[in-house]
Amino acid sequence: MIISEQKPFDELLKRIGDQSVFLFGCSECATLCHSGGKGELIRLEKNLKDAHVTVTGWVVLEPACSLTSNEKIFDQYKDQIDQADALAVFACGDGTQVVSSLFPKKKVISGTNTLFLGVKSSITTFQRRCNMCGTCIVDEFNGICPITRCPKHMLNGPCGGSEDGMCEVYPDMPCVWEEIEKKSKEMGNYPSIFLDFKPSHDWSQSHLMKKER
Amino acid sequence: MVKTNLKRVLDDGHFAVTAEIGPPKGADPNKILSKAKQLKGFADAFNITDNQTAVARMSSLAGACLVKHQGMEPIFQLACRDRNRLALQADILGASALGIHNMLFVTGDHQSKGNHPHAKGVFDIDSVQLISIAKNLRDNHIFENHEPLKSKPPQVFIGGVANPFVSSIDLRVDRLEKKMRAGADFIQTQSVFNIPRFEEWMDAVRERGLDDQIHIIAGITPLKSVKMMQRMKYHVPGVDIPDHIEKRMLDAEDVKEEALQLTNEIIRSVRSIKGVHGIHITALFWEQKIPEIVEQADLIPRV
Repeated sequence: MIISEQKPFDELLKRIGDQSVFLFGCSECATLCHSGGKGELIRLEKNLKDAHVTVTGWVVLEPACSLTSNEKIFDQYKDQIDQADALAVFACGDGTQVVSSLFPKKKVISGTNTLFLGVKSSITTFQRRCNMCGTCIVDEFNGICPITRCPKHMLNGPCGGSEDGMCEVYPDMPCVWEEIEKKSKEMGNYPSIFLDFKPSHDWSQSHLMKKER
Repeated sequence: MVKTNLKRVLDDGHFAVTAEIGPPKGADPNKILSKAKQLKGFADAFNITDNQTAVARMSSLAGACLVKHQGMEPIFQLACRDRNRLALQADILGASALGIHNMLFVTGDHQSKGNHPHAKGVFDIDSVQLISIAKNLRDNHIFENHEPLKSKPPQVFIGGVANPFVSSIDLRVDRLEKKMRAGADFIQTQSVFNIPRFEEWMDAVRERGLDDQIHIIAGITPLKSVKMMQRMKYHVPGVDIPDHIEKRMLDAEDVKEEALQLTNEIIRSVRSIKGVHGIHITALFWEQKIPEIVEQADLIPRV
């Protein structure tokens, strides 16, 4: 899923300024990461009111990333949305842009930072699992993606910086190549998985370059 | 066929000496030239680092050019962190056109560890892929996209790096073998302080017969001060300084003298290991000691 986190409350207040706001959440990823579910919007409404911000209402979109499924909801909340100077969106960057495109005259405020595509490994921890490069090679590495999980996207083995098996960039994250080594020894395809040359990656299909499908 | 002084020294079976010169944090050519002049004649070739430790400096290509004009042979370093495959190939061709033929290809330290931590790292390709690209340019006269070169190919003596001191010995030797197969002619290692571990790695290297196919040059770093030693031991990724060396430095009456003595011992140890074809001296903020270190190791005059 898309992992997002709420912006710090002070930063949110700064972005809102003296505008009145209507809040949007999302029923999918932002709910699972506790950045824009029902509970978060109820808390936000209270905290914003305590900080003297006018909140005209809120709704959790089902989900925010769908351009087509939200029209009925908007009819129901039309007045509250009209009354607000700005729309604060607590979904991923995609959801924020959907709301922005549906209300072209309204100012939109990003309530979250969208971090990555990853897995929820406990209630409060999330781990990056996919960079959406558009040319999947996970199967060449025993189901572990070095493009995503190595900060240098190394495809031909580990760099020289890991410390006791942990990544030099994120010391609380295991070096992905240690994981690939361990799994390849279990699966019996060591050392060929390390000695096979992996050519330059095709980035032309990546999310950074590809706009539509 | 590429001919460099470094290649000649190594191919003739002499024990090579290379030394590192970091370009300055500014545009004054005299900063790098004065460092270079001190070292002239004390090594066979000089590494010019590329935004080393992810800190912005004068470009390595410009630095290599300046050093070459001093009549010294540079080893031009290229890191994958700051350039994509177009820029890297352009610099390989450009360096060769300028008469710079030793090149060392590295992935590069992550930008978050340097002085522009908010920068976007490129990492379009990794060092093994870059080595393979350089070999293809040189030997097969093709770009990474397989299009042919339209004029003469670059002459490159291809270098890579190896760190014998992190993760498993297996992985570290696999990676060396991979770089060799991809086209590396020589390898400079991470600085050696842990001799038993380095010997273990070299044993595995020889077991696979790799020492006959690639020149291995052992990294040497004199530890200028206790502060510098502890910074390297505890804060620089990939450096392995054993506790007994820390203790020896802490107990020393004259730290600088002890550091030079230790360096001399390490040089003599690695020189006695079969398959080690030279040393590479990185004397951080202590370049002026390189002549003394090389002399004490009886490696003067250079061949």
